[in-house]
Amino acid sequence: MTQAEAIRFDNVGRNFETRDGATLMALQSVKLDIEAGEFVSILGPSGCGKTTLLRMAAGLLSPSWGSVRLAEEDILKPRPDFGIVFQQALLLPWLTVLANVLLPVDVQGRDTAPFRERALDLIEMVGLKGFEDRYPTELSGGMQQRVALARSLVHDPKILLMDEPFAALDAMTRENMAAELLRIWDANRKTVLFVTHGIAEAVFLSDRVVVMSARPGRISRIVEIPFGRPRSLELMASGDLRETFEELH
Amino acid sequence: MTTMETNPATANSTEARRARLSRRRRAAMIGRLRDFGIWLASAVVLLIVWQYLVVTLEISPAVFPTPVAVWDSLYVNMMDGTFVRDLWFTMKEVMIGFFGGATLGFLLALLISEFRPVRVLLYPYVIAFQSVPKTALAPMFLIWFGFGIESKVALVVSTVFFPVLVNTLAGIERTDPDQLDLLRAYCGKRARVFMRVKLPSALPSVFAGLELGVVLALIMAVVSEFLGAVGGLGYRIMIFNTNLDMAGQFAAIIVLSIVGYILHFIVRQIGERVVFWGRAKQGATKV
Ligand SMILES: Nc1ncnc2c1ncn2[C@@H]1O[C@H](COP(=O)(O)OP(=O)(O)O)[C@@H](O)[C@H]1O
Ligand SMILES: [Mg+2]
Repeated sequence: MTQAEAIRFDNVGRNFETRDGATLMALQSVKLDIEAGEFVSILGPSGCGKTTLLRMAAGLLSPSWGSVRLAEEDILKPRPDFGIVFQQALLLPWLTVLANVLLPVDVQGRDTAPFRERALDLIEMVGLKGFEDRYPTELSGGMQQRVALARSLVHDPKILLMDEPFAALDAMTRENMAAELLRIWDANRKTVLFVTHGIAEAVFLSDRVVVMSARPGRISRIVEIPFGRPRSLELMASGDLRETFEELH
Repeated sequence: MTTMETNPATANSTEARRARLSRRRRAAMIGRLRDFGIWLASAVVLLIVWQYLVVTLEISPAVFPTPVAVWDSLYVNMMDGTFVRDLWFTMKEVMIGFFGGATLGFLLALLISEFRPVRVLLYPYVIAFQSVPKTALAPMFLIWFGFGIESKVALVVSTVFFPVLVNTLAGIERTDPDQLDLLRAYCGKRARVFMRVKLPSALPSVFAGLELGVVLALIMAVVSEFLGAVGGLGYRIMIFNTNLDMAGQFAAIIVLSIVGYILHFIVRQIGERVVFWGRAKQGATKV
């Protein structure tokens, strides 16, 4: 298995041109070190620059200033060793579940055959054994997002970037998915950057929660989450979590 | 924890659902049969009224034929092989023209969408020629390509070309940008992303263009034959017209309509097979 790697945001900021020609500072100056194998959540209201931050980490967007680095290397463009999950599952309806999971390898121009076993294992791991040859339209939203999760891990990435991956799901499915994600992460500790605006989700999953505020987007606080691992869903309902909750508000 | 969601259903409820479904299907089938029966009866009445009116009003067969005369003409022209030969002629023009025009339109759309220089250099011509009514080209094609099949094929090609090109382009451009973003983040190679994502995204639209194209192909083949030909259903209509054979023209038009319907039906069926995931907007499948 690939080693997890550290990712560093070094006073990163980003401006956007708005439609009327003005400059909008979406992100002011983010300084954040994420250790190898660490699970970090970015928490904040919508419009505070969470997606902007994640897209810069993914190499989809260049910073206006500062830099994002993997180990000691600047991230200037997308990297094949990253795994990405967006809010929408974005599965291709003309491909089976298995083919969708293999898609990252496939579009990178590589032979998918050596990844088949791993893809099947991942599909089983996300609880979709038996659905390998089904098409996405036959799956519920939660199941589709599980496929997206399996897809993000198929090429054994060093870093996992997730932008509100459960936001489109109902509350029940959402909790289950969080537990599922944690179980998978426990099995192979990737470095995870997890964007959310769900406080409980952030606390439950993370080693640290980075709280952001808007206009301009910046880090307002970083909170260490004290709970040991492995964690179970009971924690979600417990008073301990509620306490940490209060601290975050 | 995933068992509840991933087990499709218990055997019991599956059976019950299947039974309910087949019952509903049977009821729908009976309803459709009844509607068809009602329509058929009304059509028979219509034909009788038509026959009666033409006979009692003593309308000349050179102006308006009776349904019986139309049927006779259809029968005779089928049996002596006239319509069969004409149909073969026209279908050759339609088929060659349709496949030629569709292939050209499709390939040019791919080039225009993927290669900027091609777009910059060729797209203005496409826009300009698109608004030319293709029928206006027919007399010219006759001079250039003669009275044989070639001038008809040329007209059909130039007619089918545009709807296929424009729809293919529109389809490619309709690819979900979030989907492309995701694959860019995964370092997708351009050619692979095109084959796996853009092309399939375009297919529903491509088939919409083909459906339009196949109907236009038949129209243009017939129009082209009007201007001068050595065979074909359009040519036959002109001959009948000169001889004041109205029943013959009606019969030829009936054959053309049936052919048009079948061609459109075939393209549609193929489209539905190929685009098996349906026309639902891809990627928007939220909970
Ligand atoms: N491509 C863009 N062009 C212009 N403004 C943008 C663009 N992307 C994001 N923004 C703006 O930057 C701010 C932060 O956006 P985003 O990172 O998407 O926030 P979040 O993900 O936290 O909701 C918002 O005000 C948004 O309107
Ligand atoms: Mg966002």
